[in-house]
Amino acid sequence: MTQEKREIVIPSQFLGDTQQSKAGRGTFVEQGKIYSEILGILNKKSDFINVVPIKGRYDPIEGDFVIGVVEEAMASSWLVDINAPYPALLHVSEVPWDVEFGETDRYLNHGDSVMAKVATVDIERKVNITLKDRNLYKINGGLIITVEPSKVPRIIGKKGSMITLLKKYTRCRIFVGQNGRIWIDGDDDNVAKVLHTIKKIESESLSFGLTNRIENLLKNETQDVQ
Amino acid sequence: MTITPSIKREYLSKLASQGKRADNRKFGDYRPIKIEIGYIPKAEGSARVKIGNTQVVAGVKMDLGDPYPDTPDSGVMTTAAEMIPMASPDFESGPPREDAIELARVVDRGIRESEIIEVEKLCIVPGEKIWMIFIDIHIIDYDGNLFDAASLASLAALMTANVPIQRIKPMLEKLQERYPEIGNYLKEHPDNYTLPLREPPISCTSAKFGNVIVMDPSLDEEEIAEARLTVATDEKGDIRAMQKGLNGSFTVDEIKKVIKASIDNGKKIREELYKIVGK
Repeated sequence: MTQEKREIVIPSQFLGDTQQSKAGRGTFVEQGKIYSEILGILNKKSDFINVVPIKGRYDPIEGDFVIGVVEEAMASSWLVDINAPYPALLHVSEVPWDVEFGETDRYLNHGDSVMAKVATVDIERKVNITLKDRNLYKINGGLIITVEPSKVPRIIGKKGSMITLLKKYTRCRIFVGQNGRIWIDGDDDNVAKVLHTIKKIESESLSFGLTNRIENLLKNETQDVQ
Repeated sequence: MTITPSIKREYLSKLASQGKRADNRKFGDYRPIKIEIGYIPKAEGSARVKIGNTQVVAGVKMDLGDPYPDTPDSGVMTTAAEMIPMASPDFESGPPREDAIELARVVDRGIRESEIIEVEKLCIVPGEKIWMIFIDIHIIDYDGNLFDAASLASLAALMTANVPIQRIKPMLEKLQERYPEIGNYLKEHPDNYTLPLREPPISCTSAKFGNVIVMDPSLDEEEIAEARLTVATDEKGDIRAMQKGLNGSFTVDEIKKVIKASIDNGKKIREELYKIVGK
């Protein structure tokens, strides 16, 4: 980390001039000046000023991998809850199966979980998701937990360092959706270990050197078991 | 409405079939209970109760009122519950809905039917003026088992309540011209005094899913529960109130088991409550 510490900003806090930098996510511009839109952590990347929210719902971005729960099966599509303000639409042409009109509920029904990719987000924030990508399917077995969407990058870690750690020490199958839903599958003791490690990551997400500490923790625990 | 993913149901049922719960509790165990009294200084009595992450604040307010015609010489108690959207994404603002009304009624019944409040001592002028007790319950954070948290908070609030003679004195003195009996009442109670109470009932809630019954269901367990049973028991182990919820059913043996577990847990919670209220 190049930054000394993480600065927390409040809504309408002055962040910079539009001449020197560009307004990114979580900010707004008024009379050539950039202000924060939300309570969050200031993040300056190249020219952009971004504010990463501390808490809040998931804001869908095209290309994100998410975990959704089917709300409703309609004649030629499904409504899927992806932890965003509004449900996402999954059309029959976007699934790997050959679905007859009106038979959507034979494939996915209320309460089923899917791994999906955000296909499009239009200007009204209507979201379409797709299952047509590698490793996307209906989830069977395992467990889904929900964390703050803004904490997802910390759980994945830099270039996936944290998640690789978790997988290595617990031998669980883990899929982290960008929308804050995490799917875990493995034997019960290991799942419990993952759950409590994720809780720790979530509560200490603002501190530095977290990956090393989590590695030590996981190492010690594995030794304890042996 | 948030929807429960069906794999959550499978996961919890799988754990349950191995005799485990998601938070490593035993089936009959409660989450840690924390009671704080005197939480709202302006109320006659108040308490904040935490059961795990569930958080409830209850306040008791007292006022002069007219008795009901069928009970001219006893006080009146009403309970109201408020589920604010801050507590859970499933709660919405507006008039109370079915769940808030059920919550208020279950708490109300536990307190009313156990006759913890000595209503006959709350009469000032028979047939004319009595004390009215308002119990207001606010859900601050919802993580399952609101019934027990709400009734425990209400009890703690009642047990620490003071009858506000000082505040209401000017009004009583004015009324004294019409009802001379008030003079006697004021002579008997010149200052604020603790609300006269009998022994408290403790509500314990169980939920059934699959073939297991768990005490103090967490939010996840409540979401997948098929049936729910709340039993309020008193110090002697007598049942004072009961409420069955949801669509599923209990067998007779299961109900017996639930009642026994409720009495056992009720004992522990009562001790905790006594320790905090100082009785």
